[in-house]
Amino acid sequence: MKIRLSRERVRGDFVKKVEMISGQDLLQCYQCGKCSAGCPAAFEMDILPSHVIRLAQMGQEEELAQANSYWICFSCQTCTVRCPRGVDIAKIMEALRLVTLRQKNRNKVEATGLPPELLAELPQIAIVSSLRKLSG
Amino acid sequence: MKPRIGVFVCHCGLNIAASVEVSEVVKAIKDYPGVVHAQDYIYMCSDPGQNLVRKAIREHNLTGLVMSNCSPSLHERTFRNLAKSEGLNPYLVEVANIREYCSWPHQGDKETATKKALTIIKATIERVKRNQALTPLVVPLQKRVLVLGGGVAGMQTALDIAEGGYPVTILEKQAYLGGRVRQLDHTFVTMEKAKDLAGEMIDRTLAQPNIEVLTTAQIEGISGYVGNFEVQIRRQSDWVDPEKCNGCEACIKACPVEVPSTFDRGLVMRKAIDWTPGARPGEKRVFLDHQACVRVTRQESCTACQEVCDQGAITYPEDEQITQMYGAIVVATGHDLYRKSALTEYATDPDVLDALQFERLLSEDGPTGGKVLRPSDGKEPKEVVFVQCAGSRDPDKHFPYCSKICCMYTCKEARRYKEKVPDGQAYVFFIDVRSTGKGYEEFVKESVQKERLLYLKGKVSKIARQGDKLLVLGGDTITGHRVEIEADLVVLAMATVPSPGAKELARLLNVNTDPYGFIQEAHPKLAPVETLTAGIYLAGTSQAPKDIPHAIYQASGAASKILSLFSRKELIHEPLVAHVDTEICAGCGYCHDNCAYQAVSVDPILKKAVVNEALCEGCGACATACPSGAIQVKNLDSKQVFDMISVVTKDYALRP
Repeated sequence: MKIRLSRERVRGDFVKKVEMISGQDLLQCYQCGKCSAGCPAAFEMDILPSHVIRLAQMGQEEELAQANSYWICFSCQTCTVRCPRGVDIAKIMEALRLVTLRQKNRNKVEATGLPPELLAELPQIAIVSSLRKLSG
Repeated sequence: MKPRIGVFVCHCGLNIAASVEVSEVVKAIKDYPGVVHAQDYIYMCSDPGQNLVRKAIREHNLTGLVMSNCSPSLHERTFRNLAKSEGLNPYLVEVANIREYCSWPHQGDKETATKKALTIIKATIERVKRNQALTPLVVPLQKRVLVLGGGVAGMQTALDIAEGGYPVTILEKQAYLGGRVRQLDHTFVTMEKAKDLAGEMIDRTLAQPNIEVLTTAQIEGISGYVGNFEVQIRRQSDWVDPEKCNGCEACIKACPVEVPSTFDRGLVMRKAIDWTPGARPGEKRVFLDHQACVRVTRQESCTACQEVCDQGAITYPEDEQITQMYGAIVVATGHDLYRKSALTEYATDPDVLDALQFERLLSEDGPTGGKVLRPSDGKEPKEVVFVQCAGSRDPDKHFPYCSKICCMYTCKEARRYKEKVPDGQAYVFFIDVRSTGKGYEEFVKESVQKERLLYLKGKVSKIARQGDKLLVLGGDTITGHRVEIEADLVVLAMATVPSPGAKELARLLNVNTDPYGFIQEAHPKLAPVETLTAGIYLAGTSQAPKDIPHAIYQASGAASKILSLFSRKELIHEPLVAHVDTEICAGCGYCHDNCAYQAVSVDPILKKAVVNEALCEGCGACATACPSGAIQVKNLDSKQVFDMISVVTKDYALRP
């Protein structure tokens, strides 16, 4: 894949929004790959966590929108704990979810659409996380 | 006098004794002609071992020792010193190497090893019988140093030596001191102005009474050896008298010759007579560059500048010739950058700069007064791409080595660009970021975050002009994506190469260069500031690419080596040198042709070979070349060699 870089790209709104929501400096990451190496869910992801950060550094919004990685991430925070540069990767994953969610009308799951029997049985936390992860 | 030789056979633990039947050797050698004492011991080099040797010298009044043990490179000195302290001339001691030459290669074959050990010892006995008692040579020492190059390395060496109390001459090719650092804007990691750093050193150098600075000067010839180099220096005389010049620029306007400015790396043109950096950073003066002037280049008698000068400041005196004796020489001739045009895929566009050109754009005393403006149209570039490893780490097309300094200066240049153009974006293409110095890694990471530098892992494949922009085709090997950037300016971190003329200088000084023209150190680890030619030392980037701190380390290292040399009253030289029998010598000069040290010459009047004992290393190349055997190495003459061969051929005769 060919990407075109410009200052509008690498310092655009997308990068700023991700950094603002996560409170992380994306350029703090030096791409060692330790997060990807230890991620227990990486086998299900189409883009490795470290590559997610890399694409975010380069402002590659469209490619990230196609990725399932931050929906697979279950915020176990293994990456955050192990990152040698102190990057809270789980927070960046969350920020990417939020950036996507904040775009209107992209929900895949509506709480009102769930059958009442299932709602009665499901733990509340599962409903909340399902809403997060299956939306967008 | 009949020889009274003592033979000492060492077991070296089991190193020798496991393969050589030591007791048998001692028994067999005891009655060999000339031997009056033979003895073995487990470790002859140990204190009790040495005491045995001392005792034997005294008791048996020995006239020679054959130490049968390890290689002479290990313990020859030990036993020669021992002999000296017992009043026996040290050159009457020889080592019979029965370890490296015998017990080690013949492990498990005791019979062969024992026989061979005996032969080696007997041959050495024959050699010792003809050894002469020699006295080390005393060579006078000129305590004055010549430093070639007035950059930071050269100045540091000169300052250290001068502060130690010895006179130093700095020869600088350019018209000013400071070398490459004068061209730089800031220095990493401190982000100190290069001008201040160089300025402080230049001030100290000019104020140091023991230092003589010769600018626009070069070495022309050299003869002699450590402690006594006779050096011919050629100094271009100053054609503009700085005392009289009032800077009216009339001469500059009148001069018909225009050349690219070397100091500004060709970013602007200059007249042959024009402003040039002055003695100190920030100062400038009118200077006539001989290399550009038609009076020199075309032997014309142009006097255009002289005619318009109403101060009478311009005259054309001949170059100055100086001959001076020096005890030691330091090569600190610095480096250059590989030529951009060699990387054809990166184009020869005016907006593709090398790193030093970019330093000039950043510098306040540069052609743009420190404003970052691109050469093609003078606009401020908003997208700047830096390309590392341009020519370095490219064994197939360019240079296999890492230029060492580019990672750091690229980061610094990108950072300085952003400080000057805050709304611009800097991209850095890299293969690895090698930030291996104190505070270096922290500097890179801090710069990346502070100035939002985008580092992209991958080498740029092509840079092409596309209208107003330069299309940079690169890649990000981390994500596996190809990357395209429409850049306004590209800066190439060109490979670091030796200064022009380094190879010719090396040939003149009789020192080696590596395949790329950097001066070769005597040993990469243990003698990194010396060359293989005694008395010639190295400092700075003439030896290999290095940054300012490392250049300073090496410069001070070279200075301390020289101060240690100068702390002696005179030089002592091994007396194991070549000697000419003038009765036999026919003056054919074969010895001269074969000498690697230029130690033998033929006297033009007497037609006899003459050995300069101070230069001779006793290698014996002359002795093997001499058709009549007139030239011989002391204590290894042909009679000794024949005696030794006789022992061997007798012991190993095909037909007994």
